[in-house]
Amino acid sequence: MTLSSFLAQILNSLQYGLLLFLISSGLTLIFGVLGVINLAHGSLYMIGAYTAFVVARAVGSLWIALPVAMLGGILLGSLLERFLFRYFYKREHLDQVLLTFALILLFEEGRSLLVGNDFYSVPIPAALDFSIPIVEGFSYAAYRFVVIVCCLVLAAALFVWIERTKMGAIIRAAAERPEMVDALGIDPRRVHLTVFAVGTALALTAGALNAPLSSVYPNMGDNLLIISFVVVVIGGLGSVSGAFWSALLIGLIDTMGKAYAPKASGLAIYVLMAIVLLWRPNGLFGQRGT
Amino acid sequence: MIEVPLRTTRLLPHTLLGRIGLVVLAAAITVLPWLVPSYYAELVTSAMIAAMLALSMQLLVGATGLVSLGHGAFYGLAAYVVYLISPENVALPIWITLPVAMLVAGAAACVVGLFSLRTTGFFFLMVTLAFGQMIFFVFHDTKLGGGTDGAYLTKPLISAFGATLDLPRKQKYLGTYYVALVQLVAMYLGLAMLLQTLFGRALEGIRVNEHRMRAIGFDTFKIKLIAFTLAGALAGAAGHMWALHRGFVNPEIVGWHQSAEALLMILLGGLGSLHGPILGALALTGLGEVAQLLTERKLLVEGLVILAVVILLPRGLAGLGSRNTSNGAGDRHG
Repeated sequence: MTLSSFLAQILNSLQYGLLLFLISSGLTLIFGVLGVINLAHGSLYMIGAYTAFVVARAVGSLWIALPVAMLGGILLGSLLERFLFRYFYKREHLDQVLLTFALILLFEEGRSLLVGNDFYSVPIPAALDFSIPIVEGFSYAAYRFVVIVCCLVLAAALFVWIERTKMGAIIRAAAERPEMVDALGIDPRRVHLTVFAVGTALALTAGALNAPLSSVYPNMGDNLLIISFVVVVIGGLGSVSGAFWSALLIGLIDTMGKAYAPKASGLAIYVLMAIVLLWRPNGLFGQRGT
Repeated sequence: MIEVPLRTTRLLPHTLLGRIGLVVLAAAITVLPWLVPSYYAELVTSAMIAAMLALSMQLLVGATGLVSLGHGAFYGLAAYVVYLISPENVALPIWITLPVAMLVAGAAACVVGLFSLRTTGFFFLMVTLAFGQMIFFVFHDTKLGGGTDGAYLTKPLISAFGATLDLPRKQKYLGTYYVALVQLVAMYLGLAMLLQTLFGRALEGIRVNEHRMRAIGFDTFKIKLIAFTLAGALAGAAGHMWALHRGFVNPEIVGWHQSAEALLMILLGGLGSLHGPILGALALTGLGEVAQLLTERKLLVEGLVILAVVILLPRGLAGLGSRNTSNGAGDRHG
């Protein structure tokens, strides 16, 4: 193990962990405020990646694809909340599971109809297609730095929004005492719509950001959905800061595992989850009972 | 001894008509292969295997109120166990493969249950899903699992006490058909009897109000763990049957979509009955076949049907004509 490869793995795990945070923060927010388990969240990531691919192929620039994915996410999230999820908040888990499972099938079939089932790579923007030298004999891809910075900016914006704005205060209140929010005369439907739209937009943005690194392929969201679940379980359901630390931890363990112990890496995060569950069944940062 | 009330549990058919209906259905399935081409008989075999999986899951969902997304993993695991213990080109007798497959699946379920049953509600869903995927990754793209594309295996022999059922090649499918039917009927009757015991009552009690059950002295964790283990072993029987039927295993049968489909069968057939999953499995297999005839986009049809069922029929097909509003899966208060 050389120093430079170790540095590269550290940066990779940071990048992967931050990406996981973008996906799982939406998942945990939507659960915390809306009480809905969204199995289609991985498909939203997939839609973001394919949006980046399609837009980049059409106009030749990933820079247009990113805002398109973000705005598209807000639009898609609003539509899904307004016309589907709104009617499922009070329904049983089983119904929510089947609703979102149906959405996975429909999204995947839609993807197959529109783009096909082939594996596509998304080119890294030419302006960023170089490496930045870090130490003697080691340089790191500039685009990965851009992904790290973008994720950090988005994460910071999310924290400021939740902790420092009025809407954020309402969202935190709605997650803890929904009946009090109702009693204060705040329209819960607006809160729900906003949270769902933001969560969806985060997932699409994550997909679009990562598309040049991961390429796009059928069912690409499936694996990330499961890992995001592990992140949310370890971080504590509904806790955004919990999701942040747990995403970084999972990113580190998964990346390091793949690099230095490839045989055990697949199981490492599940073992971690099992230990956390034995020790703290509500997750490391979870306060609410289940 | 604690007295067990004699009234039948809510999951069993209450009317004579319902019971006769089930017997007629079983009889119809028994004579079917003599009336239709072998293709359809094999289709019904697949449906019966799916029904076994859904039925084993109903012990968790309908009876105990536990919605697990890792259940399909035990089914797939059992199929892989048959593949792994079968030496090349030698067929093992079914009385070895079936118990081994069930034991391994049950043991895996016991371990997963030990961890996941410490949680409830959403946590339980996510944790079972994650553990199920963990089993999936043991077989997906590994040397042990024979690679991403799956592997062929030598089908176990249908034999007992030294006597092997030796059918001419053309009628081989009949053997699998009836073995599946016998297992399905046995599983249904076994579960029906189990639900009427104190243990079955305790499961229903947990579904309705676990806190109260604990308060009156039941060790609910242990009861749930036994149910989870048993359901896993029964899913193993279904997975064993899949290996016997198809002679082929691939990672997809371990994946969580399998669990979601079984849940769909339960919801289609109705949560409130033990025979619901069987009807749901038959209906869904039929639907898949029709969809495949009409269009190449089978998943599109399936997705739309699930969407329609969830939106329009909140209580499944069985809910159409029933006034019974108690339909319980998951904890209703989050």
